[in-house]
Amino acid sequence: MSKKIGDVILDLQNISLRFGGVKALTDISFDVREHEIRAIIGPNGAGKSSMLNVINGVYHPQEGVIIFHGRERRKMEPHQAATQGIARTFQNIALFKGMSVLDNIMTGRITRMKASFIEHALWLGRAKREELEHRKKVEEVIDFLEIQHIRKTPVGRLPYGLQKRVELGRALAAEPSMLLLDEPMAGMNVEEKQDMCRFILDVNDQFGATIVLIEHDMGVVMDISDRVVVLDYGKKIGDGLPDDVKNNEDVITAYLGVSH
Amino acid sequence: MLYREAGQFKTSYAADQQLFPIRQDRMGILILLAVVFLVIPGVASEYWFSAILIPFLIFSLAALGLNILTGYAGQLSLGSAAFMAVGAYAAYNFQLRIDGIPILVSFVCAGLTAAGVGILFGLPSLWIKGFYLAVATLAAQFFIVWCLTKFPWFSNHSSSGVISAQQLIIFGYEFASPQEKYLLVLSIVVVMALAAKNMVRSSTGRAWMAVRDMDVAASVIGIRLMPTKLLAFAVSSFYCGVAGALYAFCYLGSVEPDGFSLDMSFRILFMIIIGGVGSILGSFLGAAFILLLPIFLDIALPWAAGLLGLPFSNATVSHIQVLIFGALIMFFLIVEPHGLARLWQITKEKLRLWPFPH
Repeated sequence: MSKKIGDVILDLQNISLRFGGVKALTDISFDVREHEIRAIIGPNGAGKSSMLNVINGVYHPQEGVIIFHGRERRKMEPHQAATQGIARTFQNIALFKGMSVLDNIMTGRITRMKASFIEHALWLGRAKREELEHRKKVEEVIDFLEIQHIRKTPVGRLPYGLQKRVELGRALAAEPSMLLLDEPMAGMNVEEKQDMCRFILDVNDQFGATIVLIEHDMGVVMDISDRVVVLDYGKKIGDGLPDDVKNNEDVITAYLGVSH
Repeated sequence: MLYREAGQFKTSYAADQQLFPIRQDRMGILILLAVVFLVIPGVASEYWFSAILIPFLIFSLAALGLNILTGYAGQLSLGSAAFMAVGAYAAYNFQLRIDGIPILVSFVCAGLTAAGVGILFGLPSLWIKGFYLAVATLAAQFFIVWCLTKFPWFSNHSSSGVISAQQLIIFGYEFASPQEKYLLVLSIVVVMALAAKNMVRSSTGRAWMAVRDMDVAASVIGIRLMPTKLLAFAVSSFYCGVAGALYAFCYLGSVEPDGFSLDMSFRILFMIIIGGVGSILGSFLGAAFILLLPIFLDIALPWAAGLLGLPFSNATVSHIQVLIFGALIMFFLIVEPHGLARLWQITKEKLRLWPFPH
């Protein structure tokens, strides 16, 4: 596998996030380099998902600086993050239940569609052309994820593993430069995990997307990630290569506890 | 056997994305259009046009409008009748105050006026959802009706706010008979239904449905919630507004603000619940059910009573009618909570296999 890890594209400095009196994240700094797979791990409630929500603008941290592609941003709405090329999947699948697989993945391309609702209503040239162009791109994603057979099925009827895959497809359809994956393998059996790992590595390799990944399966994390950041109770307790993190005292304490 | 897409291979995305991808559907819709445009005008009686077909089409349009808002964009509204009132009064005022404005233009302007009012009353949807939003749209219902009664300017100073619709003249041709009005209403409804279908199958509709199904995920994907919700309110109110204008100009002839009551809003809501939330076809089926069933019971009940020799008075019959109507609504909701459109879909899926069950 020939992978070129590039410069830092996302730099988070001293991020603190509070909900009322509850501190979700305290003074966290780390960076993400281009084309790498960056894992965020930590016990439940460590603030991993909050971290992703900060990156794509769902939560606004009270303190700290976020620099994405060399530009500092303070307050950003999720849809702006999307137009800048950040896509994500959710821990609890957040698909559009009433829509088919095809339509779900098509919504992933919505920021690239320009036709107005009047053009849609009248089915004028541009609206029609866009639908076809983007359908073609979406079919590429469908082929990549090997879900051709279910493209017209409403997502509500699909089993869990496939729903996870469709959600990845929806994120991929946006052709993101950065992909945030929140526990993409939770609740999967070994084969499904292997498939998902293969897709994540291929996305990283073929599309060159930078991946920020939250995962609990340590085997997976250690195998596929380039660098790992460890959170516990909203604080950063470790950061580095998988092997370094594995041997870090604080990390072992957080995961296994310590004898008194 | 009759309804099966086997052998109809799609070789392009254009073919797969067309309005009715299955050949039988295309044939069906063409036959339906031929019947409603060519056959019905020749055979239906005046009573049928003015008491059944025209109100059915107008309420279908209003239900379609509400379905865009509630069924597709997921914003519950109880103000549909008020937006119809805006449309009716706006069309009347455009005709009255602008000399020589073509009637169709004033219908469009009536729709746009209703859309504007709809956006205004849609603003709360940016902060509140579900039942709370429904209560907020109730405000629209009461406020608009109150406004039209309170300020005599809207009804050109007529007593108690009653307006009489002007003549329907298009390109110098007067649409006076019920049959002509039916054809006019039908044409408008067909065009607007087609436009609605196009919207909901394109990215506009996908944005609405995404907001309906999971708004956080929608915004993370890049859908801006505010414009998407307000667009749904605008388009929905446009449809209701045009329906209101047609209600005044093609159905009743003269209307008063109190005619567009909360009761009517609820009826439109029932239409989409019974017909199918989030379905264009459902709007028509629901309107047919809510409007036609009472008429059917009106005829069937006295006949059945006579047959059984039961000495029912007229009052009793009308009470029984309400009773049966309510019971049927409950029955349908229990049997198929997703409405008549879903029943139709299930029928189609069954037909694909019929007569071989496997």
